[in-house]
Amino acid sequence: MTLLVTVFAAVAATLIWYNKENDNRMMVGTLCLMYWGASIMWFVDAIAGYIEDGAAFFTPAAEDMLNDLYLGLSVVAFGLVIWLAILLIKDPRGIVRKAITKNMN
Amino acid sequence: MACFLVPASEAVITTVAEHIVRSREKNTEEVKSDVPKVHFSEKLGWLNRMLWGGSALLAFEHVWHGEVIPTFPFLTAVQNGETADMLAEMLTAGVGMAVLVTLIWGGMVIASGVITKRSKSTDALGGERS
Repeated sequence: MTLLVTVFAAVAATLIWYNKENDNRMMVGTLCLMYWGASIMWFVDAIAGYIEDGAAFFTPAAEDMLNDLYLGLSVVAFGLVIWLAILLIKDPRGIVRKAITKNMN
Repeated sequence: MACFLVPASEAVITTVAEHIVRSREKNTEEVKSDVPKVHFSEKLGWLNRMLWGGSALLAFEHVWHGEVIPTFPFLTAVQNGETADMLAEMLTAGVGMAVLVTLIWGGMVIASGVITKRSKSTDALGGERS
């Protein structure tokens, strides 16, 4: 479930990046790569789980699924927070810089 | 257990490599072209973002499951004397993660090279026609 949620987040971020063409000022590409990186890693984890559990891997208990969904959504939120932090620190549109210098004046 | 440490370690190496390659690229002369060239340091940046981002999100999952703790030795597997199992998992799943991310990045690099070549040949044809 965590893999599924992360893949959906990666696809959504990629579609937003594709739609924005050359406008990299929001650094959506970074968010895409982060989510895809995590998705690939969880995919390997899922393969390891399948090798260990066999077909039972695809029929998790309802409680585990709910916990994994909660985890998946938390992971997506954590990724968004990291992306926001990078965006504000790098400040490609100069908005943070402008706000700080405005307050100084 | 601690599989995310393998791609995180690779990320450290590729980040250092990106900085070295970038400083070398700055020193070399650039050939002017209408088609923007994607520098290798930029391509390494894609790999870095995948590795760092993936490792960070996986580390979060490990904290969630109580496999990473804020006190020494930071990993419950080491605390419980399961170091051998942890290393075995790092060698299988961890290395698998790092290898698959790198292979997919390799595919991205090849694809970007093909796209750049096609753009150049299309530009050359356009230039001949006009």
